[in-house]
Amino acid sequence: MAGTLDFSPDDRCNAFITTCREARFSDGALAGVAVAVKDNISTAGIRTTCASRILEGYVPPYDAHVIELLRKEGAAIVGKTNMDEFGMGSTTETSAFGPTRNPADPTRVPGGSSGGSAAALAAGLVPMALGTDTGGSIRCPAAFCGVVGLKPTYGRVSRYGLIAYANSLEQIGPMARTVEDVSRLMSVIAKYDPRDSTMLDRPYDHRPSADIAGLRVGVPEEYFGEGVDPRVAETVRDAIGVLEELGASTVPVSIPGMRYALAAYYVICTGEASSNLARFDGVRYGPAVDIRKSWHDAYQEIRQANFGAEVRRRVMLGTFALSAGYAGRYYAKALGARQKIRQDFERALRDADVIAGPTMPTVAFRLGEKTDPLSLYLADILTAPANLAGIPAISVPCGRVDGLPVGFQLMGRQFEDERVVDAAYAYEQEVRA
Amino acid sequence: MKTIVGLEIHVQLATATKLFCGCSTDYRDDGPNTHCCPVCLGLPGSLPRLNRKAVEYGLLVAKALGMRVLEESEFARKNYFYPDLPKAYQITQYDKPLAVEGIIEIEDDEGHEKIVRITRVHLEEDPGRLVHVAGASKYSLVDYNRSGIPLLEIVTEPDMRSPQEARRFLNKLRTILEYLRVFDGDREGSLRVDANISLEGSERVEVKNISSYKGVEKALTFEVTRQKNLRRRGQTVTRETRHFMEGRGITTSARGKEEEHDYRYFPEPDLRPLRVTDWVAEIDLPELPAARKNRFMAQYGISPNHARTLTGDPKLADFYERVAPVDPALAATWVADTLLGELNYRDMSIAAVPADRIAELLGLLRAETVTDRAGVQVLREMLDACAAGRPSERPAAIVKRENLGRTTGDDFSAIVRTVIASNPQAVEDYHAGRKGALNFLVGQVMKETRGRADPRELGRIVSECIEKGEV
Repeated sequence: MAGTLDFSPDDRCNAFITTCREARFSDGALAGVAVAVKDNISTAGIRTTCASRILEGYVPPYDAHVIELLRKEGAAIVGKTNMDEFGMGSTTETSAFGPTRNPADPTRVPGGSSGGSAAALAAGLVPMALGTDTGGSIRCPAAFCGVVGLKPTYGRVSRYGLIAYANSLEQIGPMARTVEDVSRLMSVIAKYDPRDSTMLDRPYDHRPSADIAGLRVGVPEEYFGEGVDPRVAETVRDAIGVLEELGASTVPVSIPGMRYALAAYYVICTGEASSNLARFDGVRYGPAVDIRKSWHDAYQEIRQANFGAEVRRRVMLGTFALSAGYAGRYYAKALGARQKIRQDFERALRDADVIAGPTMPTVAFRLGEKTDPLSLYLADILTAPANLAGIPAISVPCGRVDGLPVGFQLMGRQFEDERVVDAAYAYEQEVRA
Repeated sequence: MKTIVGLEIHVQLATATKLFCGCSTDYRDDGPNTHCCPVCLGLPGSLPRLNRKAVEYGLLVAKALGMRVLEESEFARKNYFYPDLPKAYQITQYDKPLAVEGIIEIEDDEGHEKIVRITRVHLEEDPGRLVHVAGASKYSLVDYNRSGIPLLEIVTEPDMRSPQEARRFLNKLRTILEYLRVFDGDREGSLRVDANISLEGSERVEVKNISSYKGVEKALTFEVTRQKNLRRRGQTVTRETRHFMEGRGITTSARGKEEEHDYRYFPEPDLRPLRVTDWVAEIDLPELPAARKNRFMAQYGISPNHARTLTGDPKLADFYERVAPVDPALAATWVADTLLGELNYRDMSIAAVPADRIAELLGLLRAETVTDRAGVQVLREMLDACAAGRPSERPAAIVKRENLGRTTGDDFSAIVRTVIASNPQAVEDYHAGRKGALNFLVGQVMKETRGRADPRELGRIVSECIEKGEV
């Protein structure tokens, strides 16, 4: 049943940077299924921009591991989705290709940085999409747009071909309108790849089960505290109640390291980013450097002109955090805090099988509402801890506040992605019925 | 004034593939950018995958130098912008190197044994290479074939006291690396050295990127003179980085931006920490130069000098062991003295010489079928053929073709008579008892016979001839 899929979406939300009008597909588990791919995942022959001008014209000569797997299982890669530039943002507003709008309310942001993938799903343009999650970039837009997104355990999906933002934190993950489809997509992309040395050979091959009787659900006070919209907190408590009705029990847990989480997260991710993005110097990608200038001047000019303001800010922050005399005060301390957060989750996940809370402290912001970077960084407070701990986390829609979707976040032990999928599936099946 | 020298040596490990990808390392005869892939080009999204062989080679060196392998070592990123560095960082090792604390024994300037301490060895990737096209000074071209070649950086303590000691240290190190078969010194640019040098009581100067053994001694000798002259004139030596200009034999200051680097090292998040102490016990060290030298003296009964020369290069030592069965003493002289001299003259490698043919030649010499002098002629013919890429004739065939077979003196009586007849002055001198006269006459006969006769025998015949007055 191999063939070609015609794909001409009515993309009024600006979910796509690139669409493939005629997408070929072959036989397999996803034969003929249209899959949208975030534009920081390398696709051979399809330009890959990271929503940045600095990669203008770059067409990767190779497929990311997840793309090889998708093609092998027959998926039709129908396009590359919009995102915050290099994944740096929570709104999809920092894209060089303009912001994506939230299909649930076009005056609102879709969240980010995988905002294009979430919007394409919410608008019904595709049934499945790939996102990437460094500090919440799958779960945040899933929550804001009312779709499902899974950040896998660190080391479960190959990062080969993912254009790095913060290597030690990020994972490629599945997004869809249902938990079942998220699980199907996860089964295709979570396969061992020796090219990613941070990966373990723990393939995901699972059909979700709604039987969660006896599941212990940890409820951390920190996820319902200051900064979390009380109506969002209330909605999520109701969702936890549904799990209880299904036979789960709740236990109070605590993640005291949470108060260091954002500081640690931003030091680590900007540090790694400052190094990862240094290769974009105008010599091999994007607009060409002026060779009449000294290479030092030319690099500076091309980077100044072609990275957006948020990328420049994070590169400078990271450069500072890693520089001699400061690395001990910032980077080393951030690694220490990360270790503490990891241990906090390990301890909490001895008393509980999953941990539940809101995905985002609020519902989707208005376009242009968040102008001050710090308040935007604070929005990652509930998602970044799972990246620091390397644990799986899923966001599933759990109702609305002010008519806007709220995301219910479930986190689990390392390599127990199946368990968070099951808990989300049980919830979803119950509320749909 | 005491001279203090420490070295940082980068050697290319002779693995078949690069440090973090499967590209071949055998790029020297190929066009630019032909041994590249997404990983060594640093394409966005590519990830490094550590070459196990490179780690094994590093451990082999660590074990041979008696080093302590760290329980956990780690790769780190060294961040800097340079057009030959495709990721804008080099994957190297920083505060957790592969191994620490080793030693190499060398001879000091008085001929005594001394120890040079090795601080650390670590693995890292080679950057690409900038190519400048003659006449096109406006731009540089980048060749990434070298990008990702595995390097082992070997750092010494400042234990050397002269440029000569530094050279001896490098020779010793090279020999050990070649014995371990982890390094091919014949490859161009396979060894690069940064040298730290100071005079006692002065600041230290770093001379960067010296790319030959001789260059190290030259650069350091230049620096000693320069620094001594500064001091003599009452000036101070400033702490700085200098470049060695190989062609001119001088060093020049590299002042400016490249000295102000902050490399912002941090652990490479794309690779796991390395825990390989278990591997060390599994490693079987081959026989090392010192042991082989002692064995040569005991097993073949050859002199310490010959043994040292023959074991100074594992290929030469292997060669000797292939031809020694003919006659160990004769083989030692011929390989260590004659053959090596002829190879140096031709700038040829021992690898190009067929051992079986040399063994045949040694057989002819041992059986006194040819004289030493004729033997040298046969050897030269054989080497010329090898150098030209032709298969070497069998020595016996050359002897026959060139009529170089040893002949008994009687066959030369006609030549002897002619020589005596045409040199009456020498005959007179001989009668007058001047010793040199006989040697002169024998020399003349040797010339005419193209070395086919044994000089001692010829001396007897010539003097007999004169005594008998057979002219």
